[in-house]
Amino acid sequence: MMRTYAGHSDAKRSNELYRRNLEKGQTGLSIAFDLPTQTGYDPDHELARGEVGKVGVSIAHEGDMATLLDQIPLGQMNTSMTINATAAWLLALYVVAAEKQGVAEQELQGTTQNDILKEYLSRGTYAFPPGPSMRLIADTIAYAVQHIPKWNPINICSYHLQEAGATPVQEIAFTMSNAIAVLDAVRQRVPDELMGSVFGRISFFVNAGVRFIEEHAKLRAMAILWDELGRDRYGVEDDKHRRLRYGVQVNSLGLTEAQPENNVYRIALEALAVTLGRNARARALQLPAWNEALGLPRPWDQQWSLRLQQILAYETDLLEYPDIFEGSKVMDGLVAELLEGAREEMHRVAELGGAVDAVDYMKAALVESHRKRWQRIESGEQVAVGMNKFTSTEPSPLTAGADGGILVVDPEVEAEQRAAVERWRAARDQAAVDEALESLARVARDDGENIMPATIAAARAGATTGEWAQTLREAFGEYRAPTGVGEAVAAPTEELSELRGEVERLSEGLGRRLKFLVGKPGLDGHSNGAEQIAVRARDAGMDVVYEGIRLTPTQIATSAAQEGVHVIGLSILSGSHRELIPSVLDALREAGIEDVPVVVGGIIPEVDADALREAGIAAVYTPKDWNLNGMMRDIVELVASRHGVETAVGA
Amino acid sequence: MNRTPAVADGQDLGRRLRERDLTAAAAALNLIESRAQAARDQADELLCEVSPAALGAEAPGHVIGVTGPPGVGKSSLLSRLVAEWRHRGRTVAVLAVDPSSRRSGGSLLGDRARIEADPKDRSVFVRSTAAGDRLGGLAPATRTAAAALAAAFDVVVIETVGVGQSETEVADVADTVAVVLQPASGDVLQFLKAGIMEVPDVLVLTKADLQGPARRALADLNAAMAALGASDTAICPVSSIPPAAGIDRLADALDAHRAGLDVSERRLGARRRHALDEFVAEHGRRGLRALGGRLEAERWLGRQDPGLDVPALGRALEARATERR
Repeated sequence: MMRTYAGHSDAKRSNELYRRNLEKGQTGLSIAFDLPTQTGYDPDHELARGEVGKVGVSIAHEGDMATLLDQIPLGQMNTSMTINATAAWLLALYVVAAEKQGVAEQELQGTTQNDILKEYLSRGTYAFPPGPSMRLIADTIAYAVQHIPKWNPINICSYHLQEAGATPVQEIAFTMSNAIAVLDAVRQRVPDELMGSVFGRISFFVNAGVRFIEEHAKLRAMAILWDELGRDRYGVEDDKHRRLRYGVQVNSLGLTEAQPENNVYRIALEALAVTLGRNARARALQLPAWNEALGLPRPWDQQWSLRLQQILAYETDLLEYPDIFEGSKVMDGLVAELLEGAREEMHRVAELGGAVDAVDYMKAALVESHRKRWQRIESGEQVAVGMNKFTSTEPSPLTAGADGGILVVDPEVEAEQRAAVERWRAARDQAAVDEALESLARVARDDGENIMPATIAAARAGATTGEWAQTLREAFGEYRAPTGVGEAVAAPTEELSELRGEVERLSEGLGRRLKFLVGKPGLDGHSNGAEQIAVRARDAGMDVVYEGIRLTPTQIATSAAQEGVHVIGLSILSGSHRELIPSVLDALREAGIEDVPVVVGGIIPEVDADALREAGIAAVYTPKDWNLNGMMRDIVELVASRHGVETAVGA
Repeated sequence: MNRTPAVADGQDLGRRLRERDLTAAAAALNLIESRAQAARDQADELLCEVSPAALGAEAPGHVIGVTGPPGVGKSSLLSRLVAEWRHRGRTVAVLAVDPSSRRSGGSLLGDRARIEADPKDRSVFVRSTAAGDRLGGLAPATRTAAAALAAAFDVVVIETVGVGQSETEVADVADTVAVVLQPASGDVLQFLKAGIMEVPDVLVLTKADLQGPARRALADLNAAMAALGASDTAICPVSSIPPAAGIDRLADALDAHRAGLDVSERRLGARRRHALDEFVAEHGRRGLRALGGRLEAERWLGRQDPGLDVPALGRALEARATERR
């Protein structure tokens, strides 16, 4: 199956995009939702500001879902939805939209990602605490197995673990441990004889990096572990049910902003990792666009990605042979090595009480691996062509266009969606909605009942995404995932010692230790970058205030003022910097600390960077500023000059 | 040449705190945390403005130490308590002492994130600092900061992590010490029984929603307190996850402890110990000998004006040491 991850702005615009893609030969849909939809907020919620329609489509109710899928035959379509905390809700909306097309739920095919642990560990779009979240997952699986038999109710993701820095061993072990936690939870909620089909419906979403031989070995190792797990832990007898089924999105972590055209080669090689050997071949492949590190891909960029998949499938002889690694000593050796490491790591997670209880441990381990990886890149030990080696380049015609080579979402979309959701609320039968939400709240408090029927009823009654999530937040409580940054230990290098000397001298001049607030405004949960900055700043000797993701501008300004920080760093990867950063600056003014310098990091196109600097941002960092020590030195210099303290750097 | 950054006016900040201007809190702490000589002089001015002599009484704020092992849910508890105090119309400052070590000199202060409060509510103030040299130890400025903020806020919380050392140190600054435990914190019970840890004023048992384990833990605590002859220590079971429970009773228990306390005596003792500690840190054994030894120094401090702030007491000690040399 071939598809591209797509969706932006509102339901109508995304529907047009999907229909164009289907015409071009795409065989399924892969829906990207915006962050408010993913985290359970309506477009008019304070936290949604700047995020509506940015990284995907905004879906606030069943009307939006019906528009999104208009004239797309849901009886034949295979639809993948990247949705987790609110998966039960979006699945309900999909069921209701199909109902309106006259398609019964038994007919529906597709996937809800529905994997919460990796949200705590990496991606950040969680909404509820771990216990209730696992229950929602178990409920959707139990419901799907019995009512939507062709649906993949969960797609356990190793993908985001690699993005967060996981080594192959960690990726395998944490993913399998995650799967065990899910299966153990479902086992409580379905009759025993269904466990075979439950096991068989679980699919994986994996990552493939550019070290494609090892990556292929990783997939073979996962297939072996999955088979064992099914047989030994869950007594699954049918071989078919025990086969590892996985889809892939190849690595975005290794894609570079520097010389982005090189990413096309990386993507092609990564695609080989998941297709070369038939015994561990992906069932669905999604390739990122060459310009992901720059911003949101345009339709043309997505077409270019789709063509690569088509060339692999239809021009090469890839699909003509049986498994080409069978009997390979090298491959078998690699697989054995990975298996040994993964089993050890799984054992450790089990000893901590399983994946749910081991979230803190796993998060800290990932932050540590990512830091090591980053140090290897900074030292040149790990080569990234065009980024830390072979860096001289001709100007690229690809990024020379007026749009800078990326898609820009119309800023009007947010205002439109705010107005639209208000109209929706005004036009519906409010009494029916209230009643549906009340019974949802009751079911939420009763652990013994499945949440899906009440959720589908609320969708049908016209409740909104934000209302569904708020009802559950009230029943379940809210949650903040661990940041993982407290644990990682400093490994002093010569450069770092020098930097520490600078920080000491500056702190001496300031009278107290240089204090740095690292903030993530908005709903964007991609915290890997912010975490690495926080850890490095600490290692450089600063007092770092890092409060995790999902902060409002007011929260950031209040912390900065109360904590008495000397400098603020903001990290935004969702493309909402144009709305959020001016809001933070306003909030700082309101808090009376507009003199505290602010630097910004993230996926920020050059045109926007200029505007931000004009608005008063002291510096803008993008993925091409990969040298963290250099960034720390800039920060020291910035604070020194603002406070009139001289340092060796500032001199 | 270093150009020294402008130093805030300590007297002005102290006056504002005395007048309960909460917006002075951040700048006051910047000053108190500073090691630069000019700032220290200003910090002394600030403390003089909020001394009992200047206030005409002890600072009105209730200083509460909240401590306990990691992972027992102190931050969720504090979020709920802060909300409860705000509900009762009180202003609240939280000084969160972060346990992470200063191995590189730097530190990661993440705890603040865990205390949920309305960011627009200017009556809640949260500040995190790195711990002192060992786990849960107070940073030197924390004692001073608590004293200064008690002039302006109704409640000042010092949150530390650890068991054993830390609550003893907190007891030196706080009017009321609450130790937070969860069901199955068996080691803490052992510490209490063995006398490694002093009996706190209030014991908080979190995760009371865990029915069975919580009931057992509560019975164990009651038995242990009775055995220690401390049956008047309030034991408060609470649950911070929805539906929250026991928070109002805990707030009442903290109030009750404060109501039965001779605040001036407790604080006066604390100020004198603090001044002597600082003197010893600065001048060592030799300085102590000049004062005639610790006991003699304590006796002498006992005869000084009870309204003096810590820096004033420190200066008095120094003058006495010079005099006697």
